Amino acid sequence: MNTGIDVPQIQRFGALYIASARLRSMSKWRTIIAAVDIGNPLFYLIAVGIGIGVLVEQGSGTSGTSGIKYIAFIAPALLANTAITGIMDETVFPTIEGFKWRKLFFAQNATPITGRQIALGVYLAALCRAIFSVSVYYLLLLAFNVVDFGVSVLIIPIAILGGAAFGAVILYFAAKIEKDDQFFNILGRLILMPMFLFSGTFFPLTSMPIYLQPIGWVSPLWHATELGREAAFDYGIGNTLVLIHLVVLLTLVVVGLNLSMRQFERRLAK
Amino acid sequence: MSKPLISVRGLTKKFGDFTAVDGIDFDVAKGESFGLLGPNGAGKSTTMRILAATSTRTSGTVEILDKDPELFGPLVRAHLGVVPQQDNLDNELTVSENLFIYGRYFGLSKKFIKNKIEELLEFAQLEEKRDVKVEALSGGMKRRLTIARGLVSEPDILLLDEPTTGLDPQARHILWDRLFRLKEQGVTLVLTTHFMDEAEQLCDRLVVMDKGAIMAEGSPAGLIKQYSSKEVLEVRFGSDRNKEVAPQLATMCERMETLPDRLLMYTEDGEALLEKITHAGMHATTSLVRRSSLEDVFLRLTGRTLIE
Repeated sequence: MNTGIDVPQIQRFGALYIASARLRSMSKWRTIIAAVDIGNPLFYLIAVGIGIGVLVEQGSGTSGTSGIKYIAFIAPALLANTAITGIMDETVFPTIEGFKWRKLFFAQNATPITGRQIALGVYLAALCRAIFSVSVYYLLLLAFNVVDFGVSVLIIPIAILGGAAFGAVILYFAAKIEKDDQFFNILGRLILMPMFLFSGTFFPLTSMPIYLQPIGWVSPLWHATELGREAAFDYGIGNTLVLIHLVVLLTLVVVGLNLSMRQFERRLAK
Repeated sequence: MSKPLISVRGLTKKFGDFTAVDGIDFDVAKGESFGLLGPNGAGKSTTMRILAATSTRTSGTVEILDKDPELFGPLVRAHLGVVPQQDNLDNELTVSENLFIYGRYFGLSKKFIKNKIEELLEFAQLEEKRDVKVEALSGGMKRRLTIARGLVSEPDILLLDEPTTGLDPQARHILWDRLFRLKEQGVTLVLTTHFMDEAEQLCDRLVVMDKGAIMAEGSPAGLIKQYSSKEVLEVRFGSDRNKEVAPQLATMCERMETLPDRLLMYTEDGEALLEKITHAGMHATTSLVRRSSLEDVFLRLTGRTLIE
């Protein structure tokens, strides 16, 4: 028997071992990740800041966007959306790969590492990706003069919290997938796209008819966007709403992560 | 005799209405090389996943190193090396990275793993491939790497599920040689296979499984002695004639099995039997005298061949 194996230590740090292996895999894609994380914000800042933004401001000035430039109004939403898509990429693909395509999770679970730790490790590594993507985005916002350096830095953790909330839930669903043929279509076109469009991203949620607003209420993107706007400029939603948004996002993280960990454990033990 | 490393009693695993493993008992002693032989679907892999402390059981008791794997999964797995039926290596990482991250899952120090990697690369004959991505390896190399990965923690027990399935004959022989070395070093091996030659080569003792149950247990030689004759005469008379001559031939040997393409006649002296048949005026199109194998044991026990 190898005397170097310290099971209690693995029980404490197992998730970090998994996260570090995930980061190693991600680093193999670093060029593509960097290109996406720099390119995507650039496209938005140019198209929306110069194109659509000018059009909006010509039409109604800044009266519909709390008195600030249109691009600054949607910046917190774009940031949160970046966190969401980044975390999604790094949870959904590795999870389906881990259970189905290459069965890496079964290899990891053949060691003292548990299913719960694998779930947590994948999640933590995805958070790292979001921290990177969102930080890059924030630097570009500074460079394009969309936000001033200062309190606005808070939109970074807020965006990551939004991504974390979405990621914890999507991790659970990814771990439930037995047949992946239609999953990506449904996820991309019927969940992500409507969430992106109807979460008060490009206009305040309240400017939509009331029957469409619930899409925003259940969307982590909307909660993160509202919080981000409150941090980035004088949005004025009040402390009660700030608290509600925080509670909703934190609840999604806790509940989603617990469901995910249980689902990983169950599926691996079959 | 010292206490067995693995002790299984009445082990049953059901998936819904289907019983994959149906009340099996066996022990594995320290340093032993133990095999589960049976066709696909016999319940071997399910049994292995339970021994690997990853899958739950429906009933029965299992003790591995005196612990119930279902209650002490991580503790039990710390002592095991697992080689699954399908290689589940990380294709995006290199050969040495795969060994490194796997060692980290056992909480081993970086220094220990670095030294271990050298030893394992040599064992797996992959020194020149250390910085090559796994996806570029041949099937036999991947298999050897999976086995090396299972050894990174210096396990007390190595579990191998169908170690050579899908490999060409040369790759199989290299692998057998590597496994034989482990056996010589005193590593306890538990393996499943549906190849009788593999079982004969590697196992000190084995159980024959079919439909979730154990049909027989013993050493390869002991099982052959118990369930078959010393020699087998295989004769072919052509597919239509086989059936015609079968009743007459059956009276001439201890036991006979009629397969779709040939007749297997069990006897102590194959050449003498063949002469007797020819004397009786029957001329086989082809004939072959060979030693009895585990394949014959399986046929005797189940009425079916191992690979169908």
